[in-house]
Amino acid sequence: MRPLDPRLVRTARSVRVHLAVTTLCGVALTGLVLAQAWLIARVVAGATAGETVGAAVAALGFVVLARVGLAYGAETAALRSAVTVKSELRRKLVTHVTRPGADPTSTDAGGVATLATSGLDALDDYIARYLPQLVLAVVTPVAVLAVVGTADWLSALVIGLTLPLVPLFMALVGWHTQARTQRQWRLLERLGGHFLDVVEGLPTLALFRRAKAEAALIRSVTEEHRSATMGTLRVAFLSAFVLELLSTLAVAVVAVEVGLRLLYGGLSLETALLVLILAPEAYLPLREVGARFHASQEGVAATSRVLDLLDEAPPEPPGHGPAPAPRRVRFVDVSLTYPGARTALQGVDLAVPEGRTLLVTGRSGAGKSSLLALLLRFVAPTTGTIVLDTDQGSLDLAETDPDSWRRRIAWVPQQPYLFDASAADNIRLGEPDASDAQVRRAAELAEAHELISALPQGYGTPLGERGTRLSAGQRQRIALARAFLRAETGGADLVLLDEPTAHLDAYNAALVRAAVARLVRGRTAVVVAHDEGWADLADDVVELAGGRERVSA
Amino acid sequence: MITDPLLRMIALARPRGTRFALGVLAGAAATASGLALLAVAAWLIATAATHPPLTALSVAVVATRALGVTRGLARYLERLVTHDAALRTLSDVRARVYERLAHTEPIHRFRTGDLVRRLVGDTDATQDLLIRGLTPPLAALATGAGAVVLATALLAPAGLLLAGGLLLGGVAIPAMAAAAGRGPGRRRAAASATLSTTLVDTLHGAPDLVAYGAMPRAVARLEAADAELASLGRRDAALLGAGAGASALVAGLTLWATLLLGVAAVAGGTLGAVPFAVLALTALAAFEIVAPLPAVANRLGALRATGARLFDVLDTPPAVQVRSTRPRTADPGLRIRGLRVRYGPDEPWALDGLDLDVAPGRRIAIVGASGAGKSTLADVLFRFRDPDAGSVHLDGMDLTGLAPDDVRALVSGMPQDPHLFTGTVRQNLLLARPDAGDDELSDVLRRVRLGVDGGIDLDTEVGTHGGRLSGGMRQRVALARALLADPRLLVLDEPTTHLDPDTRDAVLDDILTATAGRSLILITHDPAGLDRLDEVITLDTHP
Repeated sequence: MRPLDPRLVRTARSVRVHLAVTTLCGVALTGLVLAQAWLIARVVAGATAGETVGAAVAALGFVVLARVGLAYGAETAALRSAVTVKSELRRKLVTHVTRPGADPTSTDAGGVATLATSGLDALDDYIARYLPQLVLAVVTPVAVLAVVGTADWLSALVIGLTLPLVPLFMALVGWHTQARTQRQWRLLERLGGHFLDVVEGLPTLALFRRAKAEAALIRSVTEEHRSATMGTLRVAFLSAFVLELLSTLAVAVVAVEVGLRLLYGGLSLETALLVLILAPEAYLPLREVGARFHASQEGVAATSRVLDLLDEAPPEPPGHGPAPAPRRVRFVDVSLTYPGARTALQGVDLAVPEGRTLLVTGRSGAGKSSLLALLLRFVAPTTGTIVLDTDQGSLDLAETDPDSWRRRIAWVPQQPYLFDASAADNIRLGEPDASDAQVRRAAELAEAHELISALPQGYGTPLGERGTRLSAGQRQRIALARAFLRAETGGADLVLLDEPTAHLDAYNAALVRAAVARLVRGRTAVVVAHDEGWADLADDVVELAGGRERVSA
Repeated sequence: MITDPLLRMIALARPRGTRFALGVLAGAAATASGLALLAVAAWLIATAATHPPLTALSVAVVATRALGVTRGLARYLERLVTHDAALRTLSDVRARVYERLAHTEPIHRFRTGDLVRRLVGDTDATQDLLIRGLTPPLAALATGAGAVVLATALLAPAGLLLAGGLLLGGVAIPAMAAAAGRGPGRRRAAASATLSTTLVDTLHGAPDLVAYGAMPRAVARLEAADAELASLGRRDAALLGAGAGASALVAGLTLWATLLLGVAAVAGGTLGAVPFAVLALTALAAFEIVAPLPAVANRLGALRATGARLFDVLDTPPAVQVRSTRPRTADPGLRIRGLRVRYGPDEPWALDGLDLDVAPGRRIAIVGASGAGKSTLADVLFRFRDPDAGSVHLDGMDLTGLAPDDVRALVSGMPQDPHLFTGTVRQNLLLARPDAGDDELSDVLRRVRLGVDGGIDLDTEVGTHGGRLSGGMRQRVALARALLADPRLLVLDEPTTHLDPDTRDAVLDDILTATAGRSLILITHDPAGLDRLDEVITLDTHP
């Protein structure tokens, strides 16, 4: 068991601040606990002996008020720290998964979302409860031992001998549970992904009458999770058990030992009471650490998943030079293999001269979409280069800044993703500052104006999550409007189209063909399609088969 | 009828009631042992100071040691029992939530990102409520009563004082904190849901965002959602801190006043030295009983909000109702009369008075522009939605009078955008017929032209959303699944989207071969190659 992941301290500045504040509060609290114990013993012993104890009672009042202030301050500060640390880690995680150069098509959305929300929430316990107790567990026992030692060395010996056993047992048990807790957390995360999958696929499951069976599967998976968790807990709670047992038994031994020596006159009542009151205080923070250990470990496990993700080797730094307007884009012996998957492209050579339209055909799985992914720089070629030929010479695409390159591109994917924003904002995706007139113009060019106007609030109508308000064909036309806006207003001169009419009925397909013809006119374009139905629009045609090009006319 | 979400969540745990009762009992025993240990020890020390014979102390000596052991044991037992009961309840609740969704989800009522959160987060809240919200207050109630009885026996006013202090610290302050925390709890749950949804949206839409240079803006939206959540969290922190301060104040003042009362009583001769010592240490230790309660009560605010959302899912009425059956007719095949469907009272009719006949063994195509109601017809046939008017009969049976699963045994096929589940091709195919052997599976793959040169086999992993396959392959795996289901009426909603013309013609050919003599409704936007079907029906285009 590691009480504190050094990576966490390194990564999150807020953790370092938190540790400093927490230590200060711990020292102050220990001082007040000692003062209170001494004052109570003084009042009880003094009153019994018939002495005046007014001053001690008054002092106790002040100690009580000081503890109130400290309780408020320390709790608030700790919880705020937890919020800050979570936010800091969450932002780092978001920045990491959306970093330039990461393949945007390969993130496990459900898993990351679970990790960033409910996963990191487990950090509350760790930051706001566990760490402060950890500080107290170091400061308080030492201070108590010192005070008890000056009052009664024999009691100090009993406490001093049992105290070290506590962290020892804790380490033994904790060492055993850590691996299991981490495994359990990964299981929980997988459960999150599993839930997302079966919930998204509910219509399909329902259709095959598998929804009930899937519910039984969820039950059995959760049940499996329960028995695994209980196995971990049986051992994890042992550490708390040992702590409770050691501390209460030690207090019992001290009480009896002090009582007997008092009986034979070897000790004063005040000292005996002071020792009795302080003895549990030596163990209390350790007990609390034990009690919070399990809850905190979930947070630790989630944190190390986040830190592991952050540690992932960053992709090769992309180039920084501005992307020029090329006279020609050339693929030179380009191959692409996705990690752990089949080879998508193999030794492809082709050229797209400025102002011409290249049609790329081929069966499904021939690597057509990969070709576009390379041009969009979602992925980089495994071998080979993509060359930009300009009047000033040739340039490797990888040496240019991806963002400046993508500003030259208007892309319509096979399955465009629409966001739960207004129709206008969805079209504005690439040109957030475009005017209403420009948006409308783009929609008209994309033959989407009529369908948008028919929506209840026109261009202001929210499209629903993933644009579920619209049919597949309507979504495609909105995406086309996006591309038009980028080309007309943003000045993009390279058009990439992936199966532009795959979702459209014959009537709309004809309209879109006209729109696409408008879009590619005067621009460089790569159109990916199954067939040669676009041949009349294309200047050149390349057929892909099994990741290689077959040159045609 | 109970309406409070917290009480309803507790009611969900009723089947595990015995385990929870045992947990409460063990928890009370553990706290009481700790308190009794200090009281007995105080008695022991104060008595010893009067130098009695050793035998007078022997019972106290044994009791002290025994209490030292019972406390740890009882606490261990409490934890184990309550966690086990809570996890069992969690398993019940998760399955229940899913079963309920299975009746409502096909019409896409809930947002996906929010759904994950509901299933993972909100159901987990049940567990949280049971472990940290239910057991501690009940155990505290039992132990607190015991402490007050002891203090009253020693010095009546001190007993009254302790009772007041414990009620204030254990009930009033936590209750006030909970009331104050209710609003923030709701807001925080909502902010957290917003963040989760935004995150899922951003990650799923990442390709479009990156290509259009909009990722920085999406990240900015995420950061705004995060900032909102964090600022709510900071406000909650001050609230919890105030609760902690108030608790410390009540505990400290009670101790202080008890000592004042004790000192006066000792001086007045109404309280002996031994009872005073016992009283002082009881007052000192008693607040350990209520220490966990403020945090518990504050949690309840957030728990109530998550509970409300949980029951929002559980209370959603099913998307389809089994209506009273219309009389059986003698007509074989599918017979639709006057079918009208719309998606809401103010929405336009998606289908407005459709009549359709499909005689047994006939294969028809339904073509029409997007928005013409083709998929709505599929939804009605699949029993994903109830018609608003009209009748649907299959072989004389009224489909709206049958349970959805009974209908889907007769009518099945491919919904629009069929889902591929993470796993192998085999696992995806087995959904349609769990008892099918590998031979049958390989055969059906060949029938959709996947087994031969598709480069995939039964053990191929399809990835999330089938992401490792091309669009055409995904569609063909789904088609293979529909063929495998082998229903009486096969409904295919856009089965040839994403297929290149060669494969599309081949697949269409395969569909016709495989469905010979069967009834088929083929829904498509693409009129090409449909002349081999018995009939082609065009649905009107809506504006």
